[in-house]
Amino acid sequence: MDQEVKDKELEIASIVEVAIQKHGATQDAVIPILSEINRALGYVPAAALPEIRRHINFSEKGVFLADSHLYSAVSFYEMLSLQPLGRHVIRFCESAPCHVMGGRQVIQALQDELGLKPGETSKDMHWSLLMTSCVGVCGVGPVFFVDDDLYGNVTPERVPEILAKYQ
Amino acid sequence: MKVIRSMVLVSMDEASLEHGAEDVFHTFLEEIEEFGLSDQIAVSTIRDVGVREDVPLVIVYPDAAVYAPVKVEDVHLIVEEHLHKGNIVPNLLAMMHELVPEIAWMRSRRGALPVQKRIVLERAGVVDPRSIEDYILHDGFQALGKALTKMKPAEVIAEVEKSGLQGRGGAGFPTGRKWSFVASTPGDTKYVICNADESEPGTFKDRLIIEGDPFSIIEAMTIAGYAIGAHEGYIYIRGEYPLAYRRIEHAIQQAEAYGLLGDHIFGTDYSFHIHPHAGAGAYICGEETALIESLEGKRGMPRARPPYPTTYGLFGKPTLVNNVETLANVPPILRNGAVWYREVGSPKSTGTKVYTILGNVNFTGLIEVPMGITLREVIDIYGKGMKNGKKLKLVQTGGSSGTIAPASLQDTPMDFDSFRNAGVSLGSGALLVCDEDTCVVDLAKVILLFFRNECCGKCTPCRIGTLRLYEIMTQISEGKASLSDLDEMMKISEAMSEVSNCGLGQTASTALRDILKYFRAEVEAHITDHNCPVGVCPIAVHSPELVPVP
Repeated sequence: MDQEVKDKELEIASIVEVAIQKHGATQDAVIPILSEINRALGYVPAAALPEIRRHINFSEKGVFLADSHLYSAVSFYEMLSLQPLGRHVIRFCESAPCHVMGGRQVIQALQDELGLKPGETSKDMHWSLLMTSCVGVCGVGPVFFVDDDLYGNVTPERVPEILAKYQ
Repeated sequence: MKVIRSMVLVSMDEASLEHGAEDVFHTFLEEIEEFGLSDQIAVSTIRDVGVREDVPLVIVYPDAAVYAPVKVEDVHLIVEEHLHKGNIVPNLLAMMHELVPEIAWMRSRRGALPVQKRIVLERAGVVDPRSIEDYILHDGFQALGKALTKMKPAEVIAEVEKSGLQGRGGAGFPTGRKWSFVASTPGDTKYVICNADESEPGTFKDRLIIEGDPFSIIEAMTIAGYAIGAHEGYIYIRGEYPLAYRRIEHAIQQAEAYGLLGDHIFGTDYSFHIHPHAGAGAYICGEETALIESLEGKRGMPRARPPYPTTYGLFGKPTLVNNVETLANVPPILRNGAVWYREVGSPKSTGTKVYTILGNVNFTGLIEVPMGITLREVIDIYGKGMKNGKKLKLVQTGGSSGTIAPASLQDTPMDFDSFRNAGVSLGSGALLVCDEDTCVVDLAKVILLFFRNECCGKCTPCRIGTLRLYEIMTQISEGKASLSDLDEMMKISEAMSEVSNCGLGQTASTALRDILKYFRAEVEAHITDHNCPVGVCPIAVHSPELVPVP
């Protein structure tokens, strides 16, 4: 095993440990732990799953946790990813309120500007264009997130200017 | 507390503005101040009254008196005679025969007061949500103190039952009854869960309640825990609401430091602990059994019911699951009594309801009004009229799983019963206002896409039904469907409502069915004439830059 792979595994192990320390080694902490790892690395690598399972021992309580349980959880939730995403992740709200207020034109502008379809990540790993359900800021629709920054009342004309901030 | 007894609306459309509506509005404010009535009378504006002559128009609730045209020099008389003394000024009233339908309806609302009344949002925006001292100064923790030191658990439940409070998450189940179910289930370990996984498109009331008044939820959950005999609670906050999570986390720490949460609350024997919990992005987790599965660290898939969470909930224990807005009603009920609460709203649907107004109106946002206000009042008074003067086509009520109310239903009072009779659901309180430029096929497509994406995949009718409905609707929008496809959709829709495992599948096609009920001709035009009357769908638009939303 070369050094780089080893380093990566060590990094994952320590991130898992920190997450478990923060949220506790209990069954109800599984989703928060996975979210914490996703925040730190941008995704949940498969190698993290056995690591989590080793730390959380439910057997005394009669609960057995398998890697497949964790995998099925990660694959279920929209905010968790099994694949590495781009450095900047765009999440566009595709729900009805934003759509009615002009969202259709905005997502088109985003696709044209990035050359990506929804769900794709650019080859240089700079952008990911994801769709999300309503994020609860409908008062200022249409909206999208770039990473943790929210943009509201977006028009197609504003799209290039917003994206330029993340070059 | 301010008790608003009257409301003055001044028309502010363009014609009115030309005739000095702004001055009239400000003169009203000044005169009302002069008479010392500011605490009793609300003054607001209204757009789009439908008349262009004899404006500005002034409407006074609850008498539903319409004055027009009102000049600055008339204001003093109206305030003195009508608002101060209570006598309508006959010679300033608008001529009834000149009233166009757009305003004639107001007379039928005599006795109504469509003014905001804040119970749930009383402190939001007023107190510092990070300060427990500020919360306590504004009556905070009074209800909990009263419950723990002066009331037995059964008395707390009785008071909530008597108030008539119904769940505000969408289903409208009587809250007190739910509490008594959990209380009467035997068991040493019980849980209280606050459902803050607010994911219904167009709804953000729970976010604003938590962000603006987090301590009220802590207080309400502790009261609920005391009433049902639980010592642990969870607040499940959706992952997309990081600020709400931080506010709750902070509020829990402060409440524990003050002895208002944790062991021996208020020096009594009662102990209660609350754990904040962040979701990870799944609409279905708003369904209570899916939420419980998710809390247990699994995929958020709904369980088969019965058994209901009230008997078999989190980790198999009896569990009370209440929505944020429902819980926020509890402290004011205990503080002021069930009788006070029943006086607000309509007799069968008590209290207030928080609505979010969205879409093609001039003003979008959140209001809290007594049950029974009409859609027209919401749009005209709080939405400040339709954007760009367009005509109202439909309102989707209650989010994507909610119903479609055509413009013809806009004068139906909005409470659980009247709406149910009209076939409309109040749901989560989202009001998505759509104007004449909205194509119903395009709207249905967006809604069906949402459910296709959010279906958890557990049961067959929903998993296959949401996909098929979206596919057929896409074909309609492309002009590639036949009329028999509409029957096919109805068949799928019926099967989904009848045999889906949970509310998602059961309600996913509600909007579709309403669209076929009220706007069938427009849908059929796509199929038979290959024409999108509004000009939105791909069949109508042959330019390559407007490809359909995926």
